[in-house]
Amino acid sequence: MSQDESRRALPGHADFVLPAAAAAGPVNGRRPVPFPAEQPDPPPSRDALDVWDQCVARGLSFLRRRLAGTYEVDDFGFDPELTDTVFYPMLRMLYRDWFRTEVSGIENLPDSGGGLVVGNHSGTLALDALMLSVAVHDEHQRARHLRLLGADLVFRVPVLSELARKAGATVACNPDAERLMAGGELVGVFPEGFKGIGKRFADRYKLQRFGRGGFVSAALRTGTPIVPVAIVGAEEIYPILADLKPLARLLGIPYFPVTPTFPLLGPLGLVPLPSKWLIQFCPPIPTAHLSDAADDPMVVYNLADQVRETIQATLYSLLEKRPDPFGL
Amino acid sequence: VVTGVSRFLGARVASRLAADPRIERVIGLDPHDPPPALAGLLAEVELIQADARAAAGALAELGAEALVHLAVTGAPDPQHGGRAAMKEQNVIGTMQLLAAAQGATRLRKLIVRSSTAAYGASFRDPAVFTEDTEPRAVPRGSFARDILDIEGYVRGFRRRRPEVAATVLRFAPMISSIAETTLTRYFAQPFVPTVLGRDARLQFVHVDDALEVLHRSVVEDHPGTFNVAGAGVLMLSQAVRRAGRISLPLPEGTLSSVAGVARTLGVGQIGLDQIDLFVHGRVVDTTRLTTEFGFTPRSTETAFADFIAGHANGAWLTADRLAAAERGILGSIRRVRAATTQDSTADVDEESEASVGAGKLP
Repeated sequence: MSQDESRRALPGHADFVLPAAAAAGPVNGRRPVPFPAEQPDPPPSRDALDVWDQCVARGLSFLRRRLAGTYEVDDFGFDPELTDTVFYPMLRMLYRDWFRTEVSGIENLPDSGGGLVVGNHSGTLALDALMLSVAVHDEHQRARHLRLLGADLVFRVPVLSELARKAGATVACNPDAERLMAGGELVGVFPEGFKGIGKRFADRYKLQRFGRGGFVSAALRTGTPIVPVAIVGAEEIYPILADLKPLARLLGIPYFPVTPTFPLLGPLGLVPLPSKWLIQFCPPIPTAHLSDAADDPMVVYNLADQVRETIQATLYSLLEKRPDPFGL
Repeated sequence: VVTGVSRFLGARVASRLAADPRIERVIGLDPHDPPPALAGLLAEVELIQADARAAAGALAELGAEALVHLAVTGAPDPQHGGRAAMKEQNVIGTMQLLAAAQGATRLRKLIVRSSTAAYGASFRDPAVFTEDTEPRAVPRGSFARDILDIEGYVRGFRRRRPEVAATVLRFAPMISSIAETTLTRYFAQPFVPTVLGRDARLQFVHVDDALEVLHRSVVEDHPGTFNVAGAGVLMLSQAVRRAGRISLPLPEGTLSSVAGVARTLGVGQIGLDQIDLFVHGRVVDTTRLTTEFGFTPRSTETAFADFIAGHANGAWLTADRLAAAERGILGSIRRVRAATTQDSTADVDEESEASVGAGKLP
């Protein structure tokens, strides 16, 4: 690892000079050891041992807390401890190593208080929503949690509904969205819904219809700023070549995708293709001055259109930055 | 007048009201004799043993000023005639009682015990119910359907007697160290059957807080509908773990049929209400209660902790045992590691680094 690389890996430590002999190996994955392991007198094994010992102690106490049930969940069933220690590390592997996600405009997210993050939806399975929540948590300086609004279907399926609730998602309906935003949470919504994730590969990066703009009226009613976000990369992970509608109807799902690998390779087809992802947060659209107009269809429609145009324009500019979908 | 005094809640409410100097006379109405365990509580309460039909006449004669309707049964009781009797008591009883109350000219207050089951439970519902949320569909549980009927009669009563302050209290499942309900029996089992792949959000209210709210609504004036629940949420799995029990996840269909078989055998009384609750969970907003009554019930967590304290003997996987196990495992790992590092002390630092790396794998 070069000195420049290690400087970049340590935010806020620009004048940190790496000692000449870089012996402290990658103990902890890719990141360098954050404390000086180079002092000659105490053997480095001592430090490493303590790190490992602490890891075991932390893991065991986490297990004990889970088994004894001494953790907190909120009214929506969100379990921050489980999300931070289990869900995010797993998703982070996809986020960082598989999709090589790059985020820009994170400063457009509010530091505190409510916010409505509106994104484009794509990718057959809603991986973009999960990656977006990792992006918000990892890149934002306050490590905020994004509370996703999910389709009914998610909450009808056993196991999936349980996981979604624990990760902070809830049913996409106005009472829930307003309650979350009034409580000062960041709420993530994908107004395209199944129309967005179930579209053909040929239609990639073309925004679908935005429903009735229910998300806008929820934001207006609570005076919450709307942050449009454009996600590039999710379209290529499972390119839909065809949609077997009769089979989908038989199974009671909105679409049955045929991708180059699914259902040809069976479960292997569930491995997403390693496309390069770019996520850009656009400047927030304030709504506090429009609180009275929440029921005015004209205002709601115009605002929804503005959000849609912003996302579409940002998508095109991001696509120009990324000529090769599978490049580094 | 308090109805349903032969039951746990009714008896306690009646005795609390009797002890209050602001209330002159407390009359308990119930078709059954109170069991001996509750008789002591009812020493100062005048008891009238009558069903709802006979009570109708009594109500006008007594010149009652407040009517507390608690004779609402949550689960069919095989000793008293099962589901048919439950419906008779809940729906027909309420109908007749309210008809009588309509004729009672001196009546000023009506307090009806309802339940958060009125909201039903489905995957499409909002996460938190307020008093204004309408259920998406008619719930499939018998108790919830009764509750909806009862609330319908109360609405009719409000229209016809607008000067009577009608209070509807929607209680979350009640829990305490001594109370016996279907839910407390459920959590007291060593193995608790749950629904596979589902983890419901639950809320409880402590019985003492429920009594306090009922008492206040008699003594003070609080017309309207109120949710009564402890703040906060416990997941079903979390509650089972806190109680030191072991959960036994079963597919939803299996659980329904097992519960059905148990019901017909008279062993358990887990109804479809409860199964829907365990699948989807139910959380209510209590802002209206806390602002109007100026009273905050203790949180769901505290109420459940009180229940655990009263039912500690069936617990197997307690927090103490887990903590001891944690210390034991950690201690033994440290001993093993200390032994391996001592073996390799002769080696240079690089070597022991490697052994650490190797020890990490298993």
